[in-house]
Amino acid sequence: MIESILKSDLCLLTLTIGLYCGCSSLYRRTHTVFLHPVLLTFLAMIAFLKILGVPYERYREATEILNFALGMSVVALGYLLYEQKEQMKGQTAPILASILSGCIVGIISVVYIAEYMGADRTILTSIAPKSVTVPIAVAVAAPLGGEVTVTSVVVFCVGIFGNMIGFRLLKLFGIRNPKAQGLAMGSAAHGVGTARAIEQGAVEGAMSGLAMALMGIATALLLPLIEKYLY
Amino acid sequence: MLGVLYILLCWLAGNAISYLTGGYISGNIIGMVLLFAALEFRIIDADKVRPVAKMLLGTMALFFVPYGVGLMVSYETIMKNFWAIIIASVVSTVLIMLVVGWVYQKTARKR
Repeated sequence: MIESILKSDLCLLTLTIGLYCGCSSLYRRTHTVFLHPVLLTFLAMIAFLKILGVPYERYREATEILNFALGMSVVALGYLLYEQKEQMKGQTAPILASILSGCIVGIISVVYIAEYMGADRTILTSIAPKSVTVPIAVAVAAPLGGEVTVTSVVVFCVGIFGNMIGFRLLKLFGIRNPKAQGLAMGSAAHGVGTARAIEQGAVEGAMSGLAMALMGIATALLLPLIEKYLY
Repeated sequence: MLGVLYILLCWLAGNAISYLTGGYISGNIIGMVLLFAALEFRIIDADKVRPVAKMLLGTMALFFVPYGVGLMVSYETIMKNFWAIIIASVVSTVLIMLVVGWVYQKTARKR
């Protein structure tokens, strides 16, 4: 009786949202990027499923509604782009040029290095969109035959990595223009990088959000072509 | 509720276009472009979409938790390719930052 309640859809969904809220409040108190609430929620949820003996497929079924909401939030990113578009005024060419080159260099480098190191095609396709926000990365990798569970974890870790080293790296290489820094953070480390850019300043934050949206679109359009012809 | 309807309509139209073009690009990504275009050309009212969009974007991290939990099944695949994934991702992330930063600084300065 208790077991059937514990393993019900409602309970698994409540547990997911509860862990997310709990981990978020823990993060607000400690504020270490290693303890990122989403990463903690992944791990805590896995622990719970193991203890309850619930297989992953069952969990996916139970939380299908979150997947639906994720699909909706990808569409909602169109609104973000609409709102951020004003940042581009008078600078459309440099911004698009930098994002496009970043997108191409990013995809080609991650794919060729991983291929050289012996990763198979499924892995290559799974990690090719690693610098765009998770919902877009998943939506891009899935139809091309990527393993979306690999994609989401790798994309997330890339965001944390970018969040940690971003500004130090940029300063080290003489990139001091706040707009350039914001664009670099959002295009390389999506939402997790943007969170760091917002702490740095309003200009950096806005540019980072814009870069995240543009990078998502550029990757969604270019990756299927690159996948078909270049690797 | 009108905002939700607009988002769903864009998604639906995106799915139809995706289906007709062979499914290389996901319907929700085409939906995102359609929503942007519809807002841009004032076909739909931004004020109606704003609250829903803000809510969705603010809680987006929660929505992909089920994918992240997939680590429990993809764990072995990741471990088998651990170094390839780590090194490729780290190098590529650094490259993107530097390329984007440099290209922007170079091209923006000329104006």
